Amino acid sequence: MNALDIIQLIVSSSLIYAAPLILTALGGTFSERSGVVNIGLEGIMVMGAFMSAIFNIFFASTFGGWTPWLGLLAGGIIGIVFSLIHAVATINLRADHIISGTVINLAAPALGVFLTRAIFGAAQTGPLPESFGITNIFLLHRIPIIGPILFGNTSAPAFFGIVIAIISWFVLFKTTFGLRLRSVGEHPHAAETLGIKVYAMKYSGVMLSGLLGGMGGAIQAQAISNEFGILTIAGQGFIAMAAMIFGKWNPIGVMGAAIFFGFGQSLARIGTYIPIIQDIPSILLLIMPYLLTIIVLVVVIGRSEAPAKLGETYVKTK
Amino acid sequence: MIRQSRGFLSSLVVPILSIIFGFVFGAILMLLFGYNPVVAYDAMISGVFGSQYFLGEALRQATSLTFTGLGFALAYKAGFFNIGVSGQALAGWVSAIWVALAFPELPQLVLLPLSILAGTLVGALWASIAGTLRAFFGTSEVIVTIMLNYTALQLTNFIIRDILSETGNSTESVGENASLSLQWLTDLTQGSRLNAGLFIAIAVVILYWIFITRTTAGFEIRAVGLNSFASTYAGMSAKKNIILSMFLSGALAGLGGAIHGLGTFGNIFTQTGLPSIGFDGISVALLGLGNPIGIFFSSILFGVLNVGAAFMPNRAGVPDEMASIVTAAIIFFIGANYIIRYFIEKRASRDQSPTTATRGGEE
Repeated sequence: MNALDIIQLIVSSSLIYAAPLILTALGGTFSERSGVVNIGLEGIMVMGAFMSAIFNIFFASTFGGWTPWLGLLAGGIIGIVFSLIHAVATINLRADHIISGTVINLAAPALGVFLTRAIFGAAQTGPLPESFGITNIFLLHRIPIIGPILFGNTSAPAFFGIVIAIISWFVLFKTTFGLRLRSVGEHPHAAETLGIKVYAMKYSGVMLSGLLGGMGGAIQAQAISNEFGILTIAGQGFIAMAAMIFGKWNPIGVMGAAIFFGFGQSLARIGTYIPIIQDIPSILLLIMPYLLTIIVLVVVIGRSEAPAKLGETYVKTK
Repeated sequence: MIRQSRGFLSSLVVPILSIIFGFVFGAILMLLFGYNPVVAYDAMISGVFGSQYFLGEALRQATSLTFTGLGFALAYKAGFFNIGVSGQALAGWVSAIWVALAFPELPQLVLLPLSILAGTLVGALWASIAGTLRAFFGTSEVIVTIMLNYTALQLTNFIIRDILSETGNSTESVGENASLSLQWLTDLTQGSRLNAGLFIAIAVVILYWIFITRTTAGFEIRAVGLNSFASTYAGMSAKKNIILSMFLSGALAGLGGAIHGLGTFGNIFTQTGLPSIGFDGISVALLGLGNPIGIFFSSILFGVLNVGAAFMPNRAGVPDEMASIVTAAIIFFIGANYIIRYFIEKRASRDQSPTTATRGGEE
């Protein structure tokens, strides 16, 4: 392989593995900006992956090539439904955010496999008829040199994620809704004094995390594992949380961190083809994203970076 | 006096109602999918209690969960979420097996305690990473322990594949001199894997209770958990207590992993995910509301649920994941106990004086 091929391989496989992480990490950002910790992202991804797989199998003949994209939507919708459990528990029922998230993570794999068995009689769905596959990004891949590297033979969902990241940045920092969402995470009492509906904002944050987390799971199922089973989502939700922190709760930074973790995950698989990297023991590549997150937490991020009232239950004043 | 009795009442009512609601939720779900919940629950319960073997297996499962549950509860008492119990248990498991395999010549009286100690210590040190970072840098122990979980998983698989085994996916079994199995217990339960770990678990439950309620160190951990500012003002070191509580929490999880390894399996094999005793331990601790006796009984309930689940597919046609769904539902109601307490208080205030309205929620 020549240098250009190697770079192309690194970029495209990083993006493929990054795609589910980008969306899920953005979801986490919305939730945490509203002050609700969502360690249930892993479970939400599981449900998104499950739903998209079911959708894919049952509707592939109807929708053909559009199936994965509609499956993405189906995953997002079930993600919203599932995130409502977290929203009700943490916002109305004053449950501890970590306990509620743990419940989501306990329930989702069990429910997903339970339903899969109920429908298919087996613990896995088997291969999906229509997957995202590998595509060229419309026209952009014809740009000389950088075109094939960045946009050729690559993952369309990753570019979808990048677009969503830019939109998320705009929503969070340039719109009234974003300002209100952030104010609720920083100082809910002050926000309420100004007439902002604190609970509604928190619900929006958590439901957006459900939508995006479900979509992330759907991408994992339809672009990477190409089936649904207990091992389809194995820690990606937690890595997405790491990306969210690494990116300091800023959508653009979060996206960058997710792509970096995608790079880290892909290295363990394609590392053998790449000079220099092939000499690094694969175990180091496997644990690198986790260690890096810890180092970033300690070195780069001080205590003040997270939303001020993250993880605290807000009780409305009468 | 009234406060006390009400506290005692709600501390028992919440877990019991949560268990009932959890089972009812499972039953509704089964009805929705056309299964018969009565047959399913009957299969589960009669399956476990119908034979000494499965009862032994349920107790064996409960043994491991008691340790991880106590581990989580100890950190929780100090105000920390040790989501990393599964990683610490795995670290303890692999370390105990490693030591047991490395010194096969030692007599049982030396090797068994040494292996268990190794597992305990490695679990403790693994958790201490999170405790130390929290104490000195304010780093979230939730995120750090999650990251350490996956690090432990990858490292363990690496150790099994590249260091401990020739064949690849599992190590050799440890010798008789490092095994926790007791012949009379095995005979009594018709060949189940129930082992001496059960007695260690009961001893640890008692020691845990003494430590938390009767020692200065235990008092400090509770005080820091209740109000770290006040404790610091009273001259306790918050840093010391953070690290100590995480160290002990990890030690319990590591001990659980070691006993899981030496008692249940006698070896270790590559894991596709984190061991379930970790997350089930968290559930057990939450259901037991941090009380060691409560944790012990919760562990037995979970042991029965886990082992009984295997009877549901054959006898009732229900996928065995149903048990995990019931588990999750139980913990949901524990977490959202506000709703249960809300109704209890509403009833209590109605019984006592209809005019006194308790300050309710937002509804």
